[in-house]
Amino acid sequence: MAMSFEYKVEGGDFTHAGYASSQVKKMLKQLGVDSTVIKRVVVCLYEAEVNIVAHAYSGTISVNLDTDTINMKLADKGPGIADIEQAMQKGFSTASPEVREMGFGAGMGLPNISANADRFVITSEPGTGTTLEISINLNSAAV
Amino acid sequence: MKVREICSVLNGELICGDYKNDNEVSHAFASDLMSDVLTVNCDSLLLITGLANLQTIRTAEMSDINCILFVRNKSVTPEMKTLAEELGITLIKCPLTMFRASGELYRAGIKPIY
Repeated sequence: MAMSFEYKVEGGDFTHAGYASSQVKKMLKQLGVDSTVIKRVVVCLYEAEVNIVAHAYSGTISVNLDTDTINMKLADKGPGIADIEQAMQKGFSTASPEVREMGFGAGMGLPNISANADRFVITSEPGTGTTLEISINLNSAAV
Repeated sequence: MKVREICSVLNGELICGDYKNDNEVSHAFASDLMSDVLTVNCDSLLLITGLANLQTIRTAEMSDINCILFVRNKSVTPEMKTLAEELGITLIKCPLTMFRASGELYRAGIKPIY
């Protein structure tokens, strides 16, 4: 089993934020993946998807799935992150008031992803964009 | 506790969902911060919130939450209702504050997660 999916995400489009995560969740359910693993996958993906909507101009989500692992790559065009170490700290956020009104922007997204992923790599070029690579082992429920 | 009983305790109104397929709710979590909700691991959970937008519904979907209570009679848009119906999420609203609603449900036997 090897499957690939790609989704486009528009910055600022909170109406559709979560659509890609929702589709991936449905697919994993159909494949009979353990519900605890599904939750870890979609929490990572949803937080990352919301980050693109909240902070970037646009982005692409690539999801690659094989029998053991789901690999997700979220690449955005946006302002980038100047200090990744600082961005990874709980409570640090540069989110706008509009994003906070949507229930996000409390500096929990990246730490949430880190807590749920088996592998999480974040790279960024200020002024260009940010890329998140997240992998989760589909056969182990515990982090 | 069944959704029907929750509505009764809080003078609440069922916005979408079905009493016939009424699931038992054992625990509740009250928050307006969706990233906080995404950290919670619990089955048969009720989300109590004053945040009424599409992301509230999406967050519940990602967190496997089947029932949301909107306090202070927050307006639920047709888009929110449609999405909740698609996902099988029950929506309730009540006139009480989040503090009061949480207190009443706690007194009625709903447990906190932590």
